[in-house]
Amino acid sequence: MSRLTVPKTYKLYIGGKFPRSESGRTYEVRAADGGFLANAAKASRKDARDAVVAARAALSGWSGATAYNRGQVLYRIAELLEGRRAQFIDEIVHVEGVSPAEAAAQVDAAIDRWVWYAGWADKYQQVTGNANPVSGPYFNLSVAEPTGVVAVIAPQQNSLIGLVGVVAPALVAGNTVVVVASEAAPLSAISLAEVLATSDVPGGVVNILTGSPAEMAPWLAGHADVNAIDLTGATELDWVDLEIAAAETLKRVLRPAGGVDAAAPALERITWLTETKTVWHTKALI
Amino acid sequence: MHDAGKELARPTALEMLDGPITDASLRRYLDGIPGVDAVGLEQRAADLGSRSIKTTSKAWALDTIIRLIDLTTLEGADTPGKVRSLSAKAVTPDASDRSTPQVAAVCVYGDMVPYAVEALGAHHSVGGEGGINVAAVATAFPSGRASLAVKLADTADAVDAGADEIDMVIDRGAFLSGRYGQVYDEIVAVKEACRRSDGSYAHLKVILETGELNTYDNVRRASWLSILAGGDFIKTSTGKVSPAATLPVTLLMLQVVRDWHLLTGEKVGVKPAGGIRSSKDAIKYLVTVAETVGEEWLQPHLFRFGASSLLNDVLLQRQKLTTGQYSGADYVTID
Repeated sequence: MSRLTVPKTYKLYIGGKFPRSESGRTYEVRAADGGFLANAAKASRKDARDAVVAARAALSGWSGATAYNRGQVLYRIAELLEGRRAQFIDEIVHVEGVSPAEAAAQVDAAIDRWVWYAGWADKYQQVTGNANPVSGPYFNLSVAEPTGVVAVIAPQQNSLIGLVGVVAPALVAGNTVVVVASEAAPLSAISLAEVLATSDVPGGVVNILTGSPAEMAPWLAGHADVNAIDLTGATELDWVDLEIAAAETLKRVLRPAGGVDAAAPALERITWLTETKTVWHTKALI
Repeated sequence: MHDAGKELARPTALEMLDGPITDASLRRYLDGIPGVDAVGLEQRAADLGSRSIKTTSKAWALDTIIRLIDLTTLEGADTPGKVRSLSAKAVTPDASDRSTPQVAAVCVYGDMVPYAVEALGAHHSVGGEGGINVAAVATAFPSGRASLAVKLADTADAVDAGADEIDMVIDRGAFLSGRYGQVYDEIVAVKEACRRSDGSYAHLKVILETGELNTYDNVRRASWLSILAGGDFIKTSTGKVSPAATLPVTLLMLQVVRDWHLLTGEKVGVKPAGGIRSSKDAIKYLVTVAETVGEEWLQPHLFRFGASSLLNDVLLQRQKLTTGQYSGADYVTID
């Protein structure tokens, strides 16, 4: 007796919950060979708005957590990714049409990247911060602070490692993230959402939207409550207009990047999404 | 008993009760009011809350909401400075868009009235049309647990300081024990305490504190009682008790106001207060008012929102309509 397949309809990840799109829309996720894989929610601008609200609400808690604690939470995500390694490999094989070995290499690299960024959480400050020498009886300290709510257009290729490469560095410094996943290959992002929901990441710190980046990016770029927009995966979009829209509210903008690994691990990815605060403080004259 | 009540009662109340106003006659009258169909009421409220209000209608609704807001600060930690900044916001809700209308009133504790009056300056309505009113909560707000003499002194003090509107609380304990006469007399006495030296009256809003009345039947009775006793407005809640204003309760109070208008031709106001934080919720209330008592009630002397954080959300929505982009909390003032 043959068993019927159970076709899945995935949902969004906003504020630690899995809501359907406010618009009620879905779209079909196709395998590399064109076969039906699953339905994914097609997020609307209002879902993006709700995600920004959730990210803003989560910001004070996440940025206020100690750097050590953030590192632990990020490391825990890597542990959970490791536990669901087989599922991620399976999804990448189907969606991206690569060999199991190539998919396994991508998943392993993604897990290693989480671990690498998790380690930076309580260390990047030592590299980027400084005690500035000044000619007076003052301490003069420069410290990096999170930029705030970061909207991200994830790379469209290499769906898992691309996503990890843009989300993890934003989280290190204490930013909260609204990320638009790869349109054609959203399964890795949805599974990552399930990992995040069962890890120690507070709800709203990462919000994952599936659907059309071309539809949502202009709203995120123009949104006054978004502090930075990472356009790494926006190579196919009219990103110049996005940058102009972002300039209206003085957002920090990361420009699109192509290549096999658009978001290769780098300390700069962390420091791009920080603002330097310099403090003068009197020295005791004893 | 209740001699004061007899002397000050409005003819309408006397006619309605067909005789002197006593505990017994009030109980006979109020307990004779038909019970509320709770399921029907909540269904009706849910239906009214499902309307979709977009584009130009939404723009109109947002401006109307701002005009109907009693911008409120009722904290133990209130200072003259906080009242001044609240008053400044009442005059200029959105400094980036001067076409934003002004709110209806600022609502403060009695001792803060002089600061509000001073801060509003030329924008203070001083009892006239246009301008911003100063509303004061009185009668041992929010519990109402003080002797009548203290409550009356509290009220007179706020009126003397320049309050245009008094928000009083009813004695819920007395109401729930069935001592309707006492509640009635207190409202009548407070109304009298709202009289200014020139003979005119400050507007009296009667707070039912529906969250403590337990049943819709009680809310309906308390609404009738407050209107019979001469309240200019009936107000849902103090904002200090949960649940505060809800749509079904407001709908019920609007129905009483509608019935009273049909009966006497008098127009009584309604003020939901507490818990209304988003424009979306506030628009549901506008729809409910328009569908229950008519659009003519959507003006400041007949309908108010008691709110503090609502205004910022309305301003954000207004900015979204003006600029076409979502706005953020950085673009409105911090309360």
